[in-house]
Amino acid sequence: MIEAKNICKRFGKLEVLKNINLQFNKGECIALIGPNGCGKTTLIKSILGMVLPNSGEIFFNQKSIKKDINYRKHIGYMPQIGKYPENMTIGQIISMVKGIRNNATLLDESLYQQFEIDKILQKRMSTLSGGTTQKVSAVLAFLFNPDVLILDEPTAGLDPLASEILKEKIIAEKAKGKLVLITSHLLSELDDLVSQVMFMQEGNIVFHKTVETLKKEAGVDKISKAIIQVLKLPKV
Amino acid sequence: MNRILKYVIVDIVKNKIVLAYAIILALFSWSTFSLEDNASKGLLTLLNIILLTVPLVAILFSTIYIYKSSEFIELLVSHPIKRSKIWWSLFAGLASSLAIAFIVGAGIPILIYVDFLKAFMMLSVGILITIIFVAIAFLSSILCRDKAKGIGVSILLWLYFALLFDGVVLFLMFQFSDYPIEKIMVGITALSPIDLSRILILLQLDVSAMMGYTGAIFKDFFGTSIGLVISFTLLILWIVVPFSISLIKFKRKDL
Repeated sequence: MIEAKNICKRFGKLEVLKNINLQFNKGECIALIGPNGCGKTTLIKSILGMVLPNSGEIFFNQKSIKKDINYRKHIGYMPQIGKYPENMTIGQIISMVKGIRNNATLLDESLYQQFEIDKILQKRMSTLSGGTTQKVSAVLAFLFNPDVLILDEPTAGLDPLASEILKEKIIAEKAKGKLVLITSHLLSELDDLVSQVMFMQEGNIVFHKTVETLKKEAGVDKISKAIIQVLKLPKV
Repeated sequence: MNRILKYVIVDIVKNKIVLAYAIILALFSWSTFSLEDNASKGLLTLLNIILLTVPLVAILFSTIYIYKSSEFIELLVSHPIKRSKIWWSLFAGLASSLAIAFIVGAGIPILIYVDFLKAFMMLSVGILITIIFVAIAFLSSILCRDKAKGIGVSILLWLYFALLFDGVVLFLMFQFSDYPIEKIMVGITALSPIDLSRILILLQLDVSAMMGYTGAIFKDFFGTSIGLVISFTLLILWIVVPFSISLIKFKRKDL
């Protein structure tokens, strides 16, 4: 579904992505992990067309994303830090995005209801706490029933209850056969979510494995432990 | 396009600064015309006020507004919208609301007091100057990632066009007054949209006679219909060139 070929990205002298090749398919749930500044967000933003790679190409359903922006209809994106126009209310933001996407498909309002957004529609974005902003981001990402969900640190800043609601939503969407791409630093959270793990370091993909092989190789039953085990092993 | 444009315009109107700008322009214009008994003299006074304030408000308000819209832009780019659409909507929203403020504030009194041809000239020049400085604001804000730097560049550009450029022209005229530089001066005025506009209006007011030989050369050039067409083309180029450069830059920007 999503394929990247030889993606390189430099910010000035800093090489953020070094020749990235990857392929994600329908029904997969991939955890994108790695230390701070390893290029996770840059990779996600390249897929979304927010960052333009210096070289290489990204394909969505075999079509290059450079020519046609309509592929973004199929993506729901939840940014790490949602930035919204400060003087707009939650209600205005949601109706504006609805107007822009303007698609006929049935809206998925389950998160909207579970987070009880209708009670805070009148609040201005500038008055919101980080967690509430994250809730708005999550609602917008899932609202249009997209085939692909890209979630950048989805649970960071959410209270335990909201975080649990979101996790259950992700599992439900994954079960529907959607492609889910998550970055997270909370490895323990990923256990019941992901089917594959992609580990990045300094702009390179160190490994991209299914959870089963990863656990088998490390001989442990938790993703978090397995990753630490694998990283401790001498480079093969 | 229409939807994003609508949001931009609603946001600018809610901001109320554009409204205050229209009111201040109206105060300037009505008081100028009621103080001067001669409409031409009134227009001359108003011209000087307009050529100073309109570019300042247009460039500063637009630059700050574009920086303020960074979140709006970031919210939109991950959705299926072309980047050029976002940029065009911002430009159209800013240019149209500032131009409408100018028409409402200064346009109505000008149309009432001044005869139609001069009023028409003054209005089109005012609208063009507004759009030109909005376009320049787009260029300076896309060139500088840093907000303080971008606003600084805009202020400096305004200082240059509104004040410094005249000084440079005067200096050149005094230094080279022994040489026949009048024709070159016509070319040099094209380098500043404000001077170009000033000359266009002055020639309509028949005060060019007071500008001596240079005035006569200007009259020879700008007074003809070809001169008029060329100067309006130049003014439009002052919109097209900065905005196109900013659009190309914006399409390639990492957000």
